[in-house]
Amino acid sequence: MAIVRAVSAVGIKEDSELTSPSCGEAGASLLSGIEVNAQYSAGDLDGPGEGPGEYPFTRGIHRDMYRGRTWTMRQFAGFGSARDTNRRFHYLLAQGQQGLSTAFDMPTLMGYDPDSPRSLGEVGREGVSVATIDDLELLFEGIDLGAVTTSMTVNCTAPILLAMYVALADRRGVPRARLGGTLQNDMLKEFIAQKEWISPPAPSMRLVTDVIEFCSNELPRWNPVSISGYHIREAGATAVQELAFTLADGIGYVQAAVDRGLDPEVFGPRLSFFFNVHNDFLQEIAKIRAARRMWASIMRDRFGVSSDRACLMRTHAQTSGVSLTAQQPLNNVARVALQALAAVLAGVQSLHTNSLDETLALPSEEAATVALRTQQIIAEETGVAATVDPFGGSYAMEAMTDAMESEANAIIERIDQAGGILAAVEAGYPQQEIAESAWKFQKAMERGEYVTVGVNAYSDESAGSPVEILSLGSEVEKSQVERVIATRASRDASRAASALAELGQAARSDRNMMPPMVEAVDACCSIGEISDIFRREFGVYKDPAWT
Amino acid sequence: MAERRHRILVAKAGLDGHDRGAKIIARALRDGGFEVIYTGLHQTPEMIAETAVQEDVDGIGLSILSGAHMTLFPQLLKELEKRGAGEVVVFGGGIVPDSDIEELKKMGVKAVFTPGESTEKIVEWVRANVADAV
Repeated sequence: MAIVRAVSAVGIKEDSELTSPSCGEAGASLLSGIEVNAQYSAGDLDGPGEGPGEYPFTRGIHRDMYRGRTWTMRQFAGFGSARDTNRRFHYLLAQGQQGLSTAFDMPTLMGYDPDSPRSLGEVGREGVSVATIDDLELLFEGIDLGAVTTSMTVNCTAPILLAMYVALADRRGVPRARLGGTLQNDMLKEFIAQKEWISPPAPSMRLVTDVIEFCSNELPRWNPVSISGYHIREAGATAVQELAFTLADGIGYVQAAVDRGLDPEVFGPRLSFFFNVHNDFLQEIAKIRAARRMWASIMRDRFGVSSDRACLMRTHAQTSGVSLTAQQPLNNVARVALQALAAVLAGVQSLHTNSLDETLALPSEEAATVALRTQQIIAEETGVAATVDPFGGSYAMEAMTDAMESEANAIIERIDQAGGILAAVEAGYPQQEIAESAWKFQKAMERGEYVTVGVNAYSDESAGSPVEILSLGSEVEKSQVERVIATRASRDASRAASALAELGQAARSDRNMMPPMVEAVDACCSIGEISDIFRREFGVYKDPAWT
Repeated sequence: MAERRHRILVAKAGLDGHDRGAKIIARALRDGGFEVIYTGLHQTPEMIAETAVQEDVDGIGLSILSGAHMTLFPQLLKELEKRGAGEVVVFGGGIVPDSDIEELKKMGVKAVFTPGESTEKIVEWVRANVADAV
């Protein structure tokens, strides 16, 4: 409480131009955006809530939660060449991990081949490099696509990666109906926060909807979009803003799919979410509880679904990268543990814990292992997994959950009035609100109103950085460049050319682009070539550079 | 600062979209009395050098969080040199290991700020090393 009170006591009122209505009033906590009282009592409760596993699922989506099955420890991995990451995948599967989670490098994420001048210095650096189906084949060598679930963190090139995965399964004779996994494919939050894009928002939404439709028809076990607040929060949003913008994005996708003629009872259960878990322990739990309740009511009241399955929010969570410090990096282990505990107490379905060294460089193997062990300690040693929603009924938790819900609903209402999330994003509303919160936080931190241990309090200049740093050479880039050139040279050139032409035609029509995309990647067309079609047919989005 | 407002180009090079820091620095420098131009995301070193020349800036603050700093900083310096703008003060920020910072300084990057640095300190540094030096 000390930290929150320090923030509340000074308030953000004194500098009036920094006060934004979306951040709540002066007493609001800086990180969350809701007011926090020193104590709560029965008067703060709205009456007895529902039980776990009951609509609107505030208390969790299962009656017995982790007693039935513990959450999935899904650590994000990927670096270097497809072969490097394939080795890592086999190691993780041998350790008993059932789900794979793939990190791609920036050129793959942004639609450039390794030999593009735009890719120079970035190939294989922040994730694995995948340019053609040949790379994906290597990435999943010796892995049964019908048995594992695969999460692919990719957005503007998500349709291409999904097409490759499907084409690879087809080649191996794995029925599409057996493919299980998650594609992030959340373009709205790209424009709002993560800023990886190719084309403008409207055609980007069309591609997201193509994927939802394709999965609805062909891949019943696939989650076509992971509606993500994580990046929104990392970019500087408060918890309330994260909650509101994420659910508003969700509303945008459901509406787009409904407009396409799809049935929310069918695709609704396959929508998944991804939240950040930041430092405000209680308020982060309240945020996720509120998110479940709000989503259930959005699906039922706004979109008229009746089945519980289409109303319940399944969510992944990740501890907050931005909360970690380069100073005294070992302290990050404590931060990650507390944030992970909050995620578990909030009843998330899967969790990634960050590595202590990630403000310094890419995670070393030792740091990545400590991160995984942190989850195992929570699961196996603390006993918290035995009780569903242990904070349910707490005056403070219920009041905070209500506050999150009402503050976030106010923002969603504003977005509705602005004509929906696509219009709001085109106008830059969420982007500018988030930049404002980030600025406010930075200034509060520099004034000492928000304490970060080891940075603006208890700092120790003499403490060097005791962690080993992972460094990568440039060999991967060289070999990836050679690989993609070799693939282009050895493929059936006329099949590739006609597949690309067909894809361009589909882009200009209102046909779903996924079937011709599967043919194009199977004909060994590359990420860069297909992204060039997006650039040509849909245009290139230029950063409005709001500051 | 009285006679002339110094111009700083805040630039984002490479493919990553981490612009939280760049935007905060842009705003802090503007509050600190500088004229600030922000390039927006996904710029190449050529594009940044071109903008720097066209806008006649005194300094460039390059933000890189993708790990590609050892490629992009030298390219920017080279592109500036090519355009006869080698005198523009280049500094930067991002997740850059100490050993790389030393090497970048040898190449001609004047300072590299890492996570946790206060905007006040950065503005002060720019005042001392760009404004007063020009």
